[in-house]
Amino acid sequence: MLDILVSGLLLSGTYALVAMGLNLQYGVARIMNLANGEVLVLGALAAFWLYTTAQISPILTVILVIPVAFIGNWLIYRFLLTPLVRRSKSQGALEVDSILATFGMSFIFIGIMVSIEGGFFFYKYLSEPISILGSTTSLNRLVAFLLAVLIAAALYIWLHYTRPGVAVRAVSVSTEASGLVGINVPRTSALAFALGGTITAVGGALISTFITLDASIGVVFTLKALIIVIMGGVGEIRGAIVAAIILGLVETGVATLVDPGLTLAAAYFIFVIILLFRPQGLFGRRAV
Amino acid sequence: MKPATVQELIWAGVLVALAAFWPMMSNGYWLGIGVDVMMYTALATSWMLFSGPTHYISLASAAFFGVGGFVVGSGMSDYDASFWSMLALSAVIGGVLAALIGLATLRLSGVYFVIFTLGLAEMIRNLVSWVQNNFLGSRGLYVLTDFTDAHLYWMLLVTAGCVYLLGWIISRSRLGFALRIIGGDETVARHVGINTATAKVILFTTTGVFGAIVGAIIAPRWSYIEPNQVFSPQLSFFVVIMALLGGSGRLWGPVVGVIPFLLIWNWVDSNFSNQSILVLGVAFLVIVYFLPHGFVGRIEQLRASARGRS
Amino acid sequence: MYRRSFFGLAAALAVAGTSLFAQDMIKIGAIAPKTGPLAGGAVVTQWPNVRLWVEEVNARGGLDVGGKMKMLELIEYDDKTNPGEHIKLAQRLATQDKVDFIVAPYGTGFNIATAPIYGKFGYPMIAVSAITDKMEELTTRYPNLFFTLGTTTAFVDGVKEILIEQRDAGAIGNEVAMVNVADAFGIELADRARELFGEAGFDIVYDKSYPLGTPDLSPVMKGAKDSGAKAFIAWSYPPDSFGLAEQAIIEDLDVNLYYSAVATSFPAFKGAYGNKINNVLGAGGTDVDNPAIAAYRKAHMDITGEVADYWASANTYASLQILEQAIVGAATLDRDVVTQYIKDNSFDTVMGELSFTNNFSNTFWSVGQWQDGVFRGVKGSNVEGAVPVRAKSGWSE
Repeated sequence: MLDILVSGLLLSGTYALVAMGLNLQYGVARIMNLANGEVLVLGALAAFWLYTTAQISPILTVILVIPVAFIGNWLIYRFLLTPLVRRSKSQGALEVDSILATFGMSFIFIGIMVSIEGGFFFYKYLSEPISILGSTTSLNRLVAFLLAVLIAAALYIWLHYTRPGVAVRAVSVSTEASGLVGINVPRTSALAFALGGTITAVGGALISTFITLDASIGVVFTLKALIIVIMGGVGEIRGAIVAAIILGLVETGVATLVDPGLTLAAAYFIFVIILLFRPQGLFGRRAV
Repeated sequence: MKPATVQELIWAGVLVALAAFWPMMSNGYWLGIGVDVMMYTALATSWMLFSGPTHYISLASAAFFGVGGFVVGSGMSDYDASFWSMLALSAVIGGVLAALIGLATLRLSGVYFVIFTLGLAEMIRNLVSWVQNNFLGSRGLYVLTDFTDAHLYWMLLVTAGCVYLLGWIISRSRLGFALRIIGGDETVARHVGINTATAKVILFTTTGVFGAIVGAIIAPRWSYIEPNQVFSPQLSFFVVIMALLGGSGRLWGPVVGVIPFLLIWNWVDSNFSNQSILVLGVAFLVIVYFLPHGFVGRIEQLRASARGRS
Repeated sequence: MYRRSFFGLAAALAVAGTSLFAQDMIKIGAIAPKTGPLAGGAVVTQWPNVRLWVEEVNARGGLDVGGKMKMLELIEYDDKTNPGEHIKLAQRLATQDKVDFIVAPYGTGFNIATAPIYGKFGYPMIAVSAITDKMEELTTRYPNLFFTLGTTTAFVDGVKEILIEQRDAGAIGNEVAMVNVADAFGIELADRARELFGEAGFDIVYDKSYPLGTPDLSPVMKGAKDSGAKAFIAWSYPPDSFGLAEQAIIEDLDVNLYYSAVATSFPAFKGAYGNKINNVLGAGGTDVDNPAIAAYRKAHMDITGEVADYWASANTYASLQILEQAIVGAATLDRDVVTQYIKDNSFDTVMGELSFTNNFSNTFWSVGQWQDGVFRGVKGSNVEGAVPVRAKSGWSE
């Protein structure tokens, strides 16, 4: 039982981080980014590639990834997604367009990654046993969790106590109202999208230290992040954290007590329950 | 989607009749391509029946396709059932599954539906593997039949023909009329008394039935069924891209998308194997940025401008 | 890292293939995964041997076909571990590229899926990476299909024998923890194992499956550890064999017998875990002291730059030697004659003297063990050089 609690909590740390990234992109920039998982895997690939070719520690990679992912995501928003935002007549039309465009991007990312490494991103970093409250786990999980918590806390403080952070939150509540009070909505949206992508890529680099990924696994992470975001309520940072913990615990619990093959089914089960009984999410204020 | 005309139905009939001669004119590689064309035509047309009017992007094709392949594999290997009975059973299971998914998700906004179908094939693969591992037991799922590619081609041609015919009937029926209103504005549709959820669920169910049938027909071609492979999520994306490339305005749109896409894909695949997945990505971007209404939209635009000039 | 990019290889082959006149060439087609779930295995076991064989034959001046020396030209495709793709490419090889011979695919499903196509064009298929209990039915249906790596039952039997020996020696009790990858191969082996282990009086106290590509195997290993069994059996595939070993080390799994199936025999397995995996058992095995094997392994290293895996690499190379000797022996490129030659003759290969009875070569290793840095065969059929099994104790260096 304790094992489940410890493993589940450690897993939920990175889940929360990744979901926060998607939340910024969907909740603020209004882009349903289905290439989110691929951005995560790109981060993982960077960590794997730098570690195996140049022995660069994944922790250092996390820092290297930040500027690259930020600029990359900003460029994507500016040049690929802004035209869609401009031409869309309604949120529905934008959703369909952004879904299709980000599918395209996800396959382009996969193509690029496959040409770098077609197999599994297998490497070992801090793969040492460590005991927490009598439950054995590996050091890399703990390190990834602590870093995820650190980054999530920093993001939370930024969103709540700085001017640009508050602007981001304002846009997430209402695009029109924010524009009226003098917030530069396109710029804030671009910032949120870029920041979201950066956080996702960082999460990928962290996850890769304890989970073996490959170029085509992104969609699973996209799905999990989406489930967390919807469960927590779109645009809700605290909701995402609680939802991530629920998903992490349920997945670990199901894997341990029932069958490791049913973790995705469990995530779907949660998803269906949410859809049927609380489509606005646990903490959502408005129907989406 | 516009209502289909009798003229269109006649044209479709002529095309199907002509297509039936393909196995006599080609074999090997080009017949294999023909099987792919028929398979994706059936899948993309049935996808269009649902997504065309509702604008919901369904990524569930791979899930239904996989269910069809798995039911045939398991039935023929584990229970010595005949191919035909399993074909029928897979259609039923595919339909029931689609109805359940539709009931759970189609009452809500389209985004939830997309997300739900996104990982559906993967989830069902896990579920099916788990059931097979713990309850069925298996010595491998063999589908050994005497069907050749020509037989499978004809079976798929008939399936694609049926999908078209069904679509033609629906587009001229009360249901088709209701769907056109839903596609225009769902709120308006609800206000005029259309039960939008039921209409959507019915259409989605037909997608499930045909997806499973196509999967079942392809199973003898693969001979050995591995859940990991029949549930390959890539198939869903192929179906979406081919349907959209053709254009969603007309029932015959997918055919116009399937053939060029498969030809380009195969050319890239045999010449630049490592880059083929990029083609899929680029195709999606082309749709969004340059061909929002697909080839059909472009053709009708040209036709309209030609008429305008004359 | 147990995998390298294959671009260098493809480029090298392209150069080797295009510099000669077509009429003096024998066209060889090869399709196997370079990407997708099975790429990890194919890149270690299949592709390097195809390349090694083509280079060696061409370095010798080609094959003597009825008095005329012909060089080999290789046409290779990546099936992306996708059966639909593979079938299409197989048809392409047969009807567009019109290759003279083919290298059998990688993976059970792919061999069976392409058997009708290759059968129609008369290509002999000497399958290596295909393990099934349905050999009789399959070879009756497809008389051009040959099997060389053993049956599902033989693999489970090898493990069962070791379990019995270790129980008799007092290293383990009756309790076994067993996990399997929930895909065709793993389900089939686990299903057979439940039956055979049960008959031998073993009690499978932990029996779980996980889907192919499960990224996190920690819960599986925790469960196996909690079961308290002293024997751990995993019917696993390349990514998860590594993941399980990693978790076993982290959890310090206390067993005297540890077995994981495919990829345990990969040199990268030891590369990743060093001496921690000493005395780990796995599918396959080889006799590195055998002079023919030693010479083959050296050539593999020299030409491909990679250490050969300690299992199917040698079988894969042997299958190509059979094809080569059959072409030379039959003195023709007529595929029906060559196929008949394969059925009627025995062949001198790195695996020793091989011949087929009902299209089945009964010479193979089933279980091997990492012993002081080398993966040695401990159980097999008609093979010499098996060493005694050792008990596993701890996971320290």
